[in-house]
Amino acid sequence: MRDARGDIRRPIGLRLWLSGGWLTLLALGALFTPWIAPKDPLMQDLFLGRMPPFWVQGAEPGYLLGTDSLGRDVLSRILYGTRLALIVALVAGTLTCVIGATLGLIAGYYRGWPDRIISRFVDIWMAFPPVLFAILLIAVLGPGLISIIIAIVVIDWTRFARVIRAEAMTQGAMDYVASAQVAGRTRFGTMLTEILPNVLPTIVALLTLEMGIAVIVEAILSFVNLSISTDSPTWGGMIAEGRTSVHQAWWVLVFPLITLFLTVLSFSQLGEGLKDRFDPVLR
Amino acid sequence: MTLLRNILIRLLTTLVTLIGVAVIVFVVIRVVPGNPIAMMLPPGATEADIARLQTQYGFDKSIFEQFVIWLGGVMQGDFGTSISLRQPVAGLVLGRLPATLELSIFALSIAIVIGGTMALLGTRYRDTKTEGAVDISAGMALSIPDFLWGLVLILLFGVLWPVFHISGRISPALNIDFNTNFYFFEALVRLRFDVLADLIGHMFMPALALAIPLAAIIAQLLKQSLKETMHLDYVTLARTKGYGENHVITREALPNAILPTLTLVGVQFTFLIGGTVIIERLFSYEGLGNMAIDAVINRDLPLIQGIVILFALLFTIVNLVVDMLYVVLNPRLRHA
Repeated sequence: MRDARGDIRRPIGLRLWLSGGWLTLLALGALFTPWIAPKDPLMQDLFLGRMPPFWVQGAEPGYLLGTDSLGRDVLSRILYGTRLALIVALVAGTLTCVIGATLGLIAGYYRGWPDRIISRFVDIWMAFPPVLFAILLIAVLGPGLISIIIAIVVIDWTRFARVIRAEAMTQGAMDYVASAQVAGRTRFGTMLTEILPNVLPTIVALLTLEMGIAVIVEAILSFVNLSISTDSPTWGGMIAEGRTSVHQAWWVLVFPLITLFLTVLSFSQLGEGLKDRFDPVLR
Repeated sequence: MTLLRNILIRLLTTLVTLIGVAVIVFVVIRVVPGNPIAMMLPPGATEADIARLQTQYGFDKSIFEQFVIWLGGVMQGDFGTSISLRQPVAGLVLGRLPATLELSIFALSIAIVIGGTMALLGTRYRDTKTEGAVDISAGMALSIPDFLWGLVLILLFGVLWPVFHISGRISPALNIDFNTNFYFFEALVRLRFDVLADLIGHMFMPALALAIPLAAIIAQLLKQSLKETMHLDYVTLARTKGYGENHVITREALPNAILPTLTLVGVQFTFLIGGTVIIERLFSYEGLGNMAIDAVINRDLPLIQGIVILFALLFTIVNLVVDMLYVVLNPRLRHA
């Protein structure tokens, strides 16, 4: 009989490699953008508007993935957009994680009134349509990188708080926590040394998923034209422009869309893969 | 008695949540630095004009006073007047609600059909390639949010192989004089199948984009519960009685396996309704979400408030209905 665990682990390995590989590629692209981007992402040339990608008849040499309606190079714009997307993913994802997980840990382990207050806020947050909430916050804060990050943190902390609260509750009821208390550890010390290490795998998996969500939120905000100023190229902004001219120039929509699709898929597969890998039942 | 008490507590917490939502929206949109009144007047407007309109909309009072006045109006069904459209908010919002409701319910139906079929197939042909295919496609579908599915669908079925409409709610030529804003329902009742086909042709792409992630969740969870149920004694008993595999799955296992899925679908349905905001924008569908984005861009404070409260109300109603359905469908709770 074959070992069933081997069957489970093999696809996870492949999944981690593929998604990790794509994200590494993106990170390198973002780091070295100014050296590898073939053109200035903002340079317009109205005589070179809507040139198709290199393999299509009528392509202009030097513009690998074609140009948009203003004659700007699609490839260079995607590369510059990558920088913004990854900054948002890292900063907003980490901040959301730290704030949400801390509140969830406190609510789930201390219970009582901290839990009641935090849970009430989570309930109120769940009654908001998240996209509308995000757009509302950007309208209030004004467009810009900092605003996007603040909006993501304000909206998504509940995602961590809910899950970590439930996990901390389960862990808190276990015998090893009780014995730590008997051994004279303070409640706060127990939370940090006993509960936190046990919920850490979940936190890491959620963080990876959150980075993908942050990228999507940024794209949605630039899609409705509320992201950062219009002269910085963003994936969402390119998609919005591509959506309006999709019948004349499909490549303006397709290439940023593929990049966004693969990035979101990679973050989420990485998160799922890490979750499985950390899961003691599957290990 | 306890049931009645539980219902009362539930209604009270719902009310607290709604008031919480109202307070947050109220405060958040009033710390806006820009002056909403200045935005709606032509550039040549005098200071006096601005002041007069500010008094008219009540923006000269403190946030707390404004909230009390607004809440008093809401109690009488008056949600204020939209700044950008200059009409009562209640009428505007209720006029758009049917479009969003029809889209959401259509999407939910698609999700249940696709997700349910996948779960049943995965259970019927478990431990084969079919189950593997179900798992992989559900995992993929779940990783990608509705916004991206919408764009992929636009490319596939709007551009590459243009079979569906990718913008609007109805073709202008078929816009018969509707008596209500429930176009789909009305076309059905009036037996106008040409109009119905056109409505579905417009609704299918946005609804599918909303449905794909939910279908994946239904497929995963229902298959999981079905597989657990298949090992229970009463299912084995049904097998020894000589019932076929199809009968055992649909008649014996399914009724028991459906409850956990139902609870989750309730929560996920509220996420789906939230998703209509951006999906309606993407497909230029004239619903509540599209109106909401315009309202935010135009800084139309009374309209934003009305729409957000309506969404919150929808979410809480969906949760209440799911809880009630759970009691009705759970045999253990039925006779309590």
